[in-house]
Amino acid sequence: AYRTDEGQPWVLPVVKKVEQMIANDNSLNHEYLPILGLPEFRANASRIALGDDSPAIKENRVGSVQSLGGTGALRIGAEFLRRWYNGNNNTATPVYVSAPSWENHNSVFMDAGFKDIRTYHYWDAAKRGLDLQGLLNDMEHAPEFSIFILHACAHNPTGTDPTPEQWKQIAAVMKRRSLFPFFDSAYQGFASGSLDKDAWAVRYFVSEGFELFCAQSFSKNFGLYNERVGNLTVVGKDADNVQRVLSQMEKIVRTTWSNPPSQGARIVATTLSSPQLFDEWKGNVKTMADRVLLMRSELRSRLEALGTPGTWNHITEQIGMFSFTGLNPKQVEYMVKEKHIYLMASGRINMCGLTTKNLDYVAKSIHEAVTKIQ
Amino acid sequence: SSWWSHVEMGPPDPILGVTEAYKRDTNSKKMNLGVGAYRDDNGKPYVLNCVRKAEAMIASKKMDKEYLPIGGLADFTRASAELALGENSEAFKSGRYVTVQGISGTGSLRIGANFLQRFFKASRDVYLPKPSWGNHTPIFRDAGMQLQAYRYYDPKTCSLDFSGAMDDISKIPEKSIILLHACAHNPTGVDPRQEQWKELAATVKKRNLLVYFDMAYQGFASGDINRDAWAVRYFIEQGINIVLSQSFAKNMGLYGERAGAFTVICSDADEAKRVESQLKILIRPMYSNPPVNGARIASMILNTPDLRKEWLTEVKGMADRIISMRTQLVSNLKKEGSSHNWQHITDQIGMFCFTGLKPEQVERLIKEFSVYMTKDGRISVAGVTSGNVGYLAHAIHQVTK
Repeated sequence: AYRTDEGQPWVLPVVKKVEQMIANDNSLNHEYLPILGLPEFRANASRIALGDDSPAIKENRVGSVQSLGGTGALRIGAEFLRRWYNGNNNTATPVYVSAPSWENHNSVFMDAGFKDIRTYHYWDAAKRGLDLQGLLNDMEHAPEFSIFILHACAHNPTGTDPTPEQWKQIAAVMKRRSLFPFFDSAYQGFASGSLDKDAWAVRYFVSEGFELFCAQSFSKNFGLYNERVGNLTVVGKDADNVQRVLSQMEKIVRTTWSNPPSQGARIVATTLSSPQLFDEWKGNVKTMADRVLLMRSELRSRLEALGTPGTWNHITEQIGMFSFTGLNPKQVEYMVKEKHIYLMASGRINMCGLTTKNLDYVAKSIHEAVTKIQ
Repeated sequence: SSWWSHVEMGPPDPILGVTEAYKRDTNSKKMNLGVGAYRDDNGKPYVLNCVRKAEAMIASKKMDKEYLPIGGLADFTRASAELALGENSEAFKSGRYVTVQGISGTGSLRIGANFLQRFFKASRDVYLPKPSWGNHTPIFRDAGMQLQAYRYYDPKTCSLDFSGAMDDISKIPEKSIILLHACAHNPTGVDPRQEQWKELAATVKKRNLLVYFDMAYQGFASGDINRDAWAVRYFIEQGINIVLSQSFAKNMGLYGERAGAFTVICSDADEAKRVESQLKILIRPMYSNPPVNGARIASMILNTPDLRKEWLTEVKGMADRIISMRTQLVSNLKKEGSSHNWQHITDQIGMFCFTGLKPEQVERLIKEFSVYMTKDGRISVAGVTSGNVGYLAHAIHQVTK
């Protein structure tokens, strides 16, 4: 979760404002939402992902399912794919998850019933970057119709995203081999500070004519973590297909949570449908993204100034909340035990944990770990 | 071509269909008796005062929005367990239970269903009463369980077929799962009397069945939360380690906030901890962690003495209005000159009433009187007001005389 420079959670000012508006509105009650969610939320959420001028939206071939966070959106999508994709109830369709990925991806698809979950090459530890050749090679050799979970931006946990050119290559292979793109978009806006930039890959795939799913989370970019606000965007060939898909997703939703929680969806819908509040929100998002970017550049410059062995440009080249530092498990142990700096055994740090107050200490500690421990 | 060419259009929801048709109707006297949500005597949704107060208190605390634990808000889950089990419950006091927050009743049922699928190896069979809430079957099916039934409702008397139920239940294979509605049976409104519950408990114990209670109407049925939880508490006292799903949608009017809980009564606190760890493993790949708003409101109400008192009064108010509508409907039917026995309308309890009307009669009610209900003759008493109960009685009399 995001932290301020004081190391505190941050409720976005626009969220506070909108919550107050909702609290003061006596015409609102707590009645059930429709099964697929709040209509104003659904339409706006998908519009954010696909862009105002999205051809798919204009052609009325976009569907949306309000879900419980990004996880809920992934689960509904996975359950639907297991029932209806590549035949009926074909649990053998391979599902590819990046190596590494968010560890819950595996569990979501497994619990949805898929029996064959594989990894695709992604992180190149030696060069601390994207293993594009490995990735493309895995796609070339994946069975036709395999499902690939793609991180729309700010890859979790590596922070390493394909460049637009690399995305184009990925899309070309996926199209040729009839692979299904399931985007996980948990950081739109939060990664670069720009909603459009962070949605580039999803929109490119849409423009290339793909049918795809995009699981969106508003946990981070709206700071609404515990309200569980998410959206599954479905892009299909035409309105008729999308309509039938949604009718089946309704059945899945009905036995999972019946209908989604209203509070978070109301906050997001109100914000996105008002030009002023929308601008205010974008500003809040940029505040968060800028702080993270600042911490990245400050950490890198300190490490380079200290002459810490190795190269540290990956700290600023990576994007989003997380960074794969390249520290090995022994060095991580040193950081945790001797310096009381908590990071994952993989060397992943949460950039949000950095503040102007602790930057020097963290940089020095990394320097020590790298020089003392091989 | 599309990946989805072969995807069939899902069947239309029957209850939604009722509401859609109602909305299209231009008759000023129209009544929507399909609605599964409480309405006040003006036919409007009712936001409880204690809920409004709780919301104001919560807003003033200016809390952050950090993720809840996977198992939910601890103050909420503890209070939910205490509400269901009773503060003097040995099971509650000893800590030999685990309660996790669920997405209202449906989500809690589904967590439980998935848990049984994974850990209850003795049987795949879940026995539902005939009839049961329409969503029970697909929930358990999607969780990988099989559905069976036991006799419950007697359409000849519009009441409980107790001997049929006992007969069927005494023949259920050992170690099967049996689902019981704790109070205000949905859709019939027919509940066992306490003496009958005692016999059910004895039989269920003899057959060594796993008991799954669905309690969606505690407080809302009789107006008394302890009375409505009597069966749940009795079974536990008899040494039956039940599993339980609770909803706060109706009794706190928190419908769209999705406040619910799933409880497993265990042998001891250690078992409870182990069960909890497995429940979390099931929840995480479903939606990671639950939504805070409804749980926090419910928790504030249950844990703040003044608010809790106010809530008990308000939930009794809702129950009393429903009971009063039942009474008025029967007396109005008598006034209309109906010679039928309508006693079941006041014998039944909770939001719903199985009128005993046949499909042809229901169709006439819809077409000729703009009175909307489901084909099985079920009405939501919540949709009846002192303003329209006379019209309803008149309409029913016309199609049944």
